[in-house]
Amino acid sequence: MHWIIAPVILPALLAPLIAYVMRHDISLARIASLFGSIGLVAIAIVQTLLVMDGDILVYRLGDWPAPYGIVLVLDHLSALLVLVTSVLGLIVLTHAVATGWDAKGRHFHALFQFQLMGICGAFLTGDVFNLFVFFEVLLIASYGLMIHGGGKQRTRAGLQYIIINLAGSTLFLFGLGVLYATVGTLNIADIALKMQALPADEAALARVAAMLLMMVFAVKAALFPVQFWLPGTYANAPAPVAALFAIMTKVGAYAILRVYTIAFGPGIAATEDIGPDWLFPAALVTVALGAFGVLGARRLMPLIAYSVIGSMGTLMLAIAAFTPEATTAALYYLVHSTFAAAALFLIADLVVSRRKDDLLSPMLPTVQNGLFAALFFGAAIAMAGMPPLSGFLGKLLVLDALRAPGQMAWAWAAILLGSLITIVGFARAGSMVFWRSTGQDMQDPDLMTDQEEMLVTAPSARPWEIAPSMALLGLLAGLAIIAGPLTNYLEKTSAQLFDRESYISTVLDPTGTKIIKKEH
Amino acid sequence: MDGANNLLFIIAITPFIGALLPGIMIRAGRATCATFAAAPTVLALAMLAVLTPDVMAGNVIQAEVNWLPQLGLSASFFLDGLGLLFAGMILGVGLLIIIYARYYLSPEDPMGQFYTYLLLFQGAMLGIVLSDNILLLLIFWELTSLSSFLLIGFWKHLPEGRQGARMALAVTGSGGLAMIGGMLILGNIVGSYNLTDILAAGDIIKASEWYLPALILILLGAFTKSAQFPFHFWLPHAMAAPTPVSAYLHSATMVKAGVFLMARMWPALAGTPEWFYIVATTGLITMVIGALIALFKDDLKALLAFSTVSHLGLLTMLLGFGTKLAAVVAVFHIINHLTFKATLFMTAGIIDHETHTRDIKALGGLRKLMPITFVIGTVAALSMAGIPLFNGFLSKEMMLEEASHTVWAGSHHAVPILATVGALLSVAYSFRFIVHVFFGPVRDDYPSKPHDPPVGMWLSPALLMVLVVVIGVLPAAIVGPLVAVAGEAVIGGGKMPYYSLKIWHGITPALYMSIIAIIGGLLLLAMHRPLDRLWNALPRPEAKAMFDALVAAMASLSRTITETLHTGAISRYLSIFVVATVALGLIAASGSSLPPVTREMLPVPGVVLIGWVVLITAIGSVFFMHRSRFRALVMIGVIGLMISSGFVYLSAPDLALTQISVETVTIMLLLLALHFLPKDTPIESSRALRIRDGVIALIGGVGVAAMTYAFLLRDVSTISDYHLANAKTGGGGTNVVNVILVDFRGYDTYGEIIVLGVAGLIIFAVMEALLNGPAARRLRNMDYSQDRSRDRHPLMMVIATRLLMPIAVLVGAYIFLRGHNQPGGGFVAGLIISIALLMQYMASGFAWAQARQKMEYHGMIGWGVVIAGLTGTAAWLFGAPFLTSTFGYFHFPPIEEFELASAMAFDLGVFLAVLGAVMLMLYSLSRIARFAGETVNVEPMDYDPTNRVELLKEDD
Repeated sequence: MHWIIAPVILPALLAPLIAYVMRHDISLARIASLFGSIGLVAIAIVQTLLVMDGDILVYRLGDWPAPYGIVLVLDHLSALLVLVTSVLGLIVLTHAVATGWDAKGRHFHALFQFQLMGICGAFLTGDVFNLFVFFEVLLIASYGLMIHGGGKQRTRAGLQYIIINLAGSTLFLFGLGVLYATVGTLNIADIALKMQALPADEAALARVAAMLLMMVFAVKAALFPVQFWLPGTYANAPAPVAALFAIMTKVGAYAILRVYTIAFGPGIAATEDIGPDWLFPAALVTVALGAFGVLGARRLMPLIAYSVIGSMGTLMLAIAAFTPEATTAALYYLVHSTFAAAALFLIADLVVSRRKDDLLSPMLPTVQNGLFAALFFGAAIAMAGMPPLSGFLGKLLVLDALRAPGQMAWAWAAILLGSLITIVGFARAGSMVFWRSTGQDMQDPDLMTDQEEMLVTAPSARPWEIAPSMALLGLLAGLAIIAGPLTNYLEKTSAQLFDRESYISTVLDPTGTKIIKKEH
Repeated sequence: MDGANNLLFIIAITPFIGALLPGIMIRAGRATCATFAAAPTVLALAMLAVLTPDVMAGNVIQAEVNWLPQLGLSASFFLDGLGLLFAGMILGVGLLIIIYARYYLSPEDPMGQFYTYLLLFQGAMLGIVLSDNILLLLIFWELTSLSSFLLIGFWKHLPEGRQGARMALAVTGSGGLAMIGGMLILGNIVGSYNLTDILAAGDIIKASEWYLPALILILLGAFTKSAQFPFHFWLPHAMAAPTPVSAYLHSATMVKAGVFLMARMWPALAGTPEWFYIVATTGLITMVIGALIALFKDDLKALLAFSTVSHLGLLTMLLGFGTKLAAVVAVFHIINHLTFKATLFMTAGIIDHETHTRDIKALGGLRKLMPITFVIGTVAALSMAGIPLFNGFLSKEMMLEEASHTVWAGSHHAVPILATVGALLSVAYSFRFIVHVFFGPVRDDYPSKPHDPPVGMWLSPALLMVLVVVIGVLPAAIVGPLVAVAGEAVIGGGKMPYYSLKIWHGITPALYMSIIAIIGGLLLLAMHRPLDRLWNALPRPEAKAMFDALVAAMASLSRTITETLHTGAISRYLSIFVVATVALGLIAASGSSLPPVTREMLPVPGVVLIGWVVLITAIGSVFFMHRSRFRALVMIGVIGLMISSGFVYLSAPDLALTQISVETVTIMLLLLALHFLPKDTPIESSRALRIRDGVIALIGGVGVAAMTYAFLLRDVSTISDYHLANAKTGGGGTNVVNVILVDFRGYDTYGEIIVLGVAGLIIFAVMEALLNGPAARRLRNMDYSQDRSRDRHPLMMVIATRLLMPIAVLVGAYIFLRGHNQPGGGFVAGLIISIALLMQYMASGFAWAQARQKMEYHGMIGWGVVIAGLTGTAAWLFGAPFLTSTFGYFHFPPIEEFELASAMAFDLGVFLAVLGAVMLMLYSLSRIARFAGETVNVEPMDYDPTNRVELLKEDD
């Protein structure tokens, strides 16, 4: 039953070996890293199967009983997110290897594995301080990946990313400190237990702690008013890294979902109002900012980054409802938007690496313009939430779930208008990059001098390079096709998430000698 | 599901699967490509033909596959009369267009792509008309927007094509989004998204308070798609597409989707005053405005485009009347409009193809040069004008009849008069099409010598022209049953109204209106020249300019918002972050109150006061000195030491030890790093800005202090009690802090040493990137001679650090070993050893020291993390979870009894990772120094007195 911790241990053992033993041979590192990622996918599949019939599995580290030691908790939700992470990781890694991004700096593969470890660890832990630790792991690795390859712009953007996230981490510690000083425990289930017992009129400190933690998670999830770091980071990060970061914002969303349903959520008198009251308006503004960013972008990479912000807004609108139905919709949208964002970044990488830069201005078409245009069209459709890919269904699910009075008009207007602006933005950008380029005069000397070299030297993308993008589009189509069974599973997931009592009793089961406790 | 149902399903997906064929078969040549594009259409038509008798007999064929039941979305299709009519139109005209396009497209055009898009579009359209689920319908609806985007922008090198495509997508897409909202509301009212259920629930829907919002949102979708005023403007610009596309999209399919939707939803939504005033009025206005603009368009396709707008208005108006008869007339006119309009578009395409112009003013006299085209075009145009014996006459006559007794807001004349005006204008532009293109003298300035095209090109319009005439003469026999079955579907069962499809209805008001229209239209055409001048002189709103301006304004507004908010100024982001956090924290706190105070304030002892004053002074000094970086760093060191002292005072020796070592290492590394940075921080922002930032910083600080003060006054029972009780018995150590670090929460420590190790790797990687980039050149040219010490490796320091080295290592080992029971542990030990090594490097220079040790720092980090990990996994062998510890007491004489704990192996990992990370950071810094031109010393110290002794000896 050590499967539960395997997604952390595998990359954690592999990464230092890559960093040390294989650091002089990129091929060796590539092989190890790829095999590690394949292994991670396999582990994630096993995990998903382990909890298929609704069990909550608890792994007590050091065999200490909860809440005194750290526990990992594997349920539908964490298994799902680990699976998404591992699949995304494998696809993105393949792209990075195929396009040679990994060789543009040092230690890419080690950092990549550490990054996966951090993300999986954050999804699996049942302890808020341990969540902090894994936030640190995934952040430190992401700093390294973000500035991988160097360059002035990127280093500068990387510095901002580091500073904002350090501020976030500091606040995380403040929040945890206050929380510990209020409830005296760090285990999420135990916090929930203590919060239930906390009188609502003596909860000022607990409320502050809850609010600070929400702010921390909001930074990760790029919610207004702390979304600022995202465009610069994603737009300047190496494209495969930006694609991997698609899951990083979801870590913030996950943390809000987990902590605010179990520990501070519905039914806990002291704090239940904070999540819905504050997340909802923040998410509304986030949707708008994302849409404006897409329409107003001057460059392709920031455009995609803003579309990620918009999708986070939509996701958080659904999460902010804190109902099982809306959470089901949110989870579908979460999976979809992760793959959609990654697909856009990878495809944009194929194009931009064959252009002078990612400016949305007329240039000569690249090699394989038609192919890239088709891929981009597909990914943009997914991101903008148009059929036939999963974005449309995700959007419908979210809209359908947000019907509460006072909520519906705002949420629907934001999502639908946001979609419209996003569609127009993507259409303008795609038309500029892929269509207008074909109308450029090949003899124009200005253009030629700029791009002559690129055109001559930029090689066609080999099937190996295109495969990851295709795989992501395939996944998005697959998500739409299997929407029924998937949503069925997600319904179980959110039902489990909202069943606080089972979670608490399973995690805090006092018979601490057994490793695994089963529910139901 | 029986055979017929299966067949329906296959019909629906055939175009999508077929869309793959032409894209591939283009490799086998254009003719093959076209054949394979036609094949799926023919196949689907054949299957439809198989189902037709059943539908004509009044049956409805249904097929359903579950898709997303949670949402109410299922892949269900049904085929009734209306669906049959539209499916037949879509596939039939589709086939003709495919044949026509084979000859129309030039060899440079990528034909494979064209047919692929066309079939995708065909599939989307077919999906709309066959859907039995409104969510499924929405999916196909949006798919038509997307595929038409590709078709309209097919000539992607032309700006008109791209702009037209984007405009169509924006307008129809926005309508589609509104419709999503409408459909979701509708589904909520009915409790089902199944069309069959919704059509049966018309009364519930109309009675619902959500009726009006749903109606408006759905109509927005229909109106944008069917180019109703004021959304009509996208349609003419979509004419930038190749003519086969225009002929297809604007006669039979895309724009009819909106009309189809209104017809489809007619039983559920129509019949209320809201419906009448919104739909009929919009239709009427669109009909008149479209016809008026059409009259003055010189571009053949633009003329046809606006006439399409006008006819769509007519259809909308008929559906809007809300009477059953009007709805049936609409069905009839849909058929008629399809036949003559597709013919006319293809005719226009032929003329454009042969003469290389579509400008009516550059044409004329083609009657003799292109006789076949002339016949086809004229017949179709006469039908469009509503001249007897052609099918357009029949439905227009019926429309006028319906209009003649429609009352609008109490007025008996408004609708009939405007309808007559619309008909009149329609006659005028139809005749203009005939007269100004085909009649008149043959010119000698055509851009290309015109002649009739090959059979393949005129075959399709000719077939349709035959239909125009046949329906016109024998309406009841040819389309009577189809109109009946489709009309029945539109009105949603119940008794069919009485109507008869025939040419002569006797002397009716409609006949007068028709006569007025024809005579008036001809008069108008006679006066076209002066009117045209007048029209061109009049100012009128240019929709495209307005739309472009709107989009441009939106884009620049978006850009302004985005760029105002995301300036890239980190100080702004942080201020927003801090202010928001404090504000939200306060709001959260105000929602409740604090628990009662349980701790008393303690008196302040003198020593604490002194410490506090020193701390505050140091902090104040940082504030005043922060522009001078070295001094600020020293002050930061003081702050760190004071905090360490605080730990000592509060009996937390472990924390104190850790804090001191961390402090020392950090300051040393920072000192080394500062060497390469400017020594002063320049003033970069205005005074006001600095004051603002200062205030925000104060607010943040006060907030944190208040929070801390609040919880320090209150007791809380924590899990630490358990840790205190179990450290020795369960973890085998008396130092609870260490047991927490390596056992209770060893997993946290495991994560943190990874963070440290990764930090080391990153610094190394960044340095690597830096030294391979332009920064390396700057470094090489840096001049440090001014601030470099003359005695970089002083004798005293070298000797002292040499002496200290073994002692420090011993202390490190001691601290490490005793860690489990006394203050210490791997983390501190790692720092102590690294301080010892750091000093060696500082004393004799990095290169010199580096040459004398064999350890690899990458390796240390790597092995540290691996050892810690393996220690954890070793527990698996004993069936225990990761990081489960064990310990035992051993006695080997002559040593006293001692304890060994598995946690020590873990701690060893911690030790190695810490040491490796610190040293790798140092290594990276020293690499910069080497780049900056620092020389490598061969000797350990700059001035070595022993050398002097040697020299003296030699002298002797």
